Amino acid sequence: MSTVDWKNYEPVLIPDIKDLNKIDVYIKQGGYKAFESVLKDKNKWSGPKSVVNEVKEANIRGRGGAGFNAGLKWSFMPPVDGGPRYLACNGDESEPGTFKDRKIFEYNPHVFIEGALIAAYAMEITTIYVYIRGEYRAYIQMMEKAISDSYEKGFIGKNILGTDFSVDFYVHSGAGAYICGEETSMLESLEGKRGYPRVKPPFPAQKGLWGRPTTINNIETLAHVPAVINRGAVWFKNIGAENHPGPILYGISGHVNKPGVYELPTGVPVLDLIYDVAGGMRNGKKLKAVIPGGSSTPVLRADQLDGITMDSDSLRTVGSMLGTAGMVVMDEDTDMVDVLWRIAHFYHHESCGQCTPCREGTGWLEKILLKIKNGEGEVRDLDLLLDITTQMEGRTICALADAAAWPVRFTINRFRDEFEARCKKSVYALA
Amino acid sequence: MAYEFTKEDLKQIEEIKSRYPAVMPATLPVLWVAQNRFGHVNPDVQKLVAETLGLPQAHVHGVAEFYTQYYKEEKGKHVLDVCTCLSCQLCGGYDILHYLEEKLGIKKGETTQDGMFTLNEVECLGACGYAPMLQVTNDQYVNHLTKEKVDKLVDSLKNGEKPQYEKIGMPQHENI
Ligand SMILES: Cc1cc2nc3c(=O)[nH]c(=O)nc-3n(C[C@H](O)[C@H](O)[C@H](O)COP(=O)(O)O)c2cc1C
Ligand code: SF4
Ligand code: FES
Repeated sequence: MSTVDWKNYEPVLIPDIKDLNKIDVYIKQGGYKAFESVLKDKNKWSGPKSVVNEVKEANIRGRGGAGFNAGLKWSFMPPVDGGPRYLACNGDESEPGTFKDRKIFEYNPHVFIEGALIAAYAMEITTIYVYIRGEYRAYIQMMEKAISDSYEKGFIGKNILGTDFSVDFYVHSGAGAYICGEETSMLESLEGKRGYPRVKPPFPAQKGLWGRPTTINNIETLAHVPAVINRGAVWFKNIGAENHPGPILYGISGHVNKPGVYELPTGVPVLDLIYDVAGGMRNGKKLKAVIPGGSSTPVLRADQLDGITMDSDSLRTVGSMLGTAGMVVMDEDTDMVDVLWRIAHFYHHESCGQCTPCREGTGWLEKILLKIKNGEGEVRDLDLLLDITTQMEGRTICALADAAAWPVRFTINRFRDEFEARCKKSVYALA
Repeated sequence: MAYEFTKEDLKQIEEIKSRYPAVMPATLPVLWVAQNRFGHVNPDVQKLVAETLGLPQAHVHGVAEFYTQYYKEEKGKHVLDVCTCLSCQLCGGYDILHYLEEKLGIKKGETTQDGMFTLNEVECLGACGYAPMLQVTNDQYVNHLTKEKVDKLVDSLKNGEKPQYEKIGMPQHENI
């Protein structure tokens, strides 16, 4: 199935150029040309809507986890009414296994800034905030510097490049809360409150920051925009997987020889990523399991991976998702009960507690898994766990409850023997 | 103890306020200013933040409580946040945590008697490919930990040397 030619791929999002984080180097490489083009090239662009259309056509599927077409999302912004409109860039990056947006902050911050500026122009936005998790202090400082350099060069501020387009751009630091990556929680946090997700509708495009129209995009999503503007939607669509196209940053961690972030097309075979890109399994061990895109995406057994590629269509055929493309690789010595308990612990710790099924459910999942991990569980506890996950899914304000439920359901289903072996023999098991 | 912002802090707070269309959004950044100044945001510091911004104390308190990075009480001089989450767990995060517990003679969540170190277990810090790792006092990440690297880190912190930023490139590239 895989037709993706990833071996000859030349990175465009984070190319191998020294000091590209410096604005002069970025400009020398053709940086900010895309932004200048949408602002000034009247032959190519007939105003903001034409930019939205090109991005929609490219089908940049949101790199924050949900995979929604970015241009389509932009088109949901209501008509201009003279009041403020916002772009909130999501650099919270807290889903376990995910560590890619920081590479953009560090190695190519201006491609993200330029993408955000183009988005602001396309949606006629007046202020951009980039929300960065508080632990990324080093990257927050790098971004503040990059934004202030961009202000100095006249790409941000009033009457940009002599046009009537003006926009401000600020960094907002988080302070340690995974939930603030959820888009409406992030808005609450930007408004200076606790990060309690909001009930939708109203959607942020209608009522976002301070009740005004707001679009939320992931950092990497926005960083793809300048290339789409420069090279066109068709170029972008021809890279990688058909229904999930473009370059993508894969974060590979766990038991591989060369963990790290790699820029490649979407749709690379999972096994190629492990054995060719990331240098194979550590200590020559056998592959046991892969979590393809952050801790909430369902785990896959090694025997499910033949021919499976990193895009939503292919992963769906084996019951998983691309998520953030933060792939976690596990070898034959991995204890799946321990791993699942640790994932459950994470979601319990990070639940904001607003919804009963999530607050109580994540607590129960962790508690029962701890019991099983300690050899005190019974086989019927496994069915109880599965039952709890059904009671959590789709019944809460935000998707954290689903994110907590999926790994439990799928890890137990796919490694049932291992879980049963850890349980004490129960009446059911003996019967 | 009475807490007060310096003139520079107040100037910075004014600049922060100018980024937003209201005062409340300044709560998180000003709590950061306060923590950078005083090392923590205990109830007295929360009160100062509330008064400086003209916001209810209950609001500032609620925000400070919600976010784990704000220290609601004084911590050790150096706070070691060891990640034991998914990828770090797989790569020995718990061994590092237990090694530090043994080495410092404290359990996670505790502070050494001399007030030098606080040890915490934390959730994913977005450094999963560089596991196991820890963060020092909300600042630098120390990656690819081994017992030897932990020993070195603890010694250098005791000598008043802070860890430097560890640059980790893209393995597919040569120049970065
Ligand atoms: C619990 C939870 C945590 C999330 N964390 C993040 C995150 O850290 N970064 C991110 O970009 N999106 C995160 N998301 C997804 C956002 O809600 C949102 O879909 C995304 O930022 C939109 O940008 P995109 O369409 O460009 O991907 C999270 C969602 C949920 C439910
Ligand atoms: S699902 Fe969980 S995290 Fe999301 S709003 Fe409800 S309680 Fe909070
Ligand atoms: S799991 Fe430790 S940094 Fe992500």
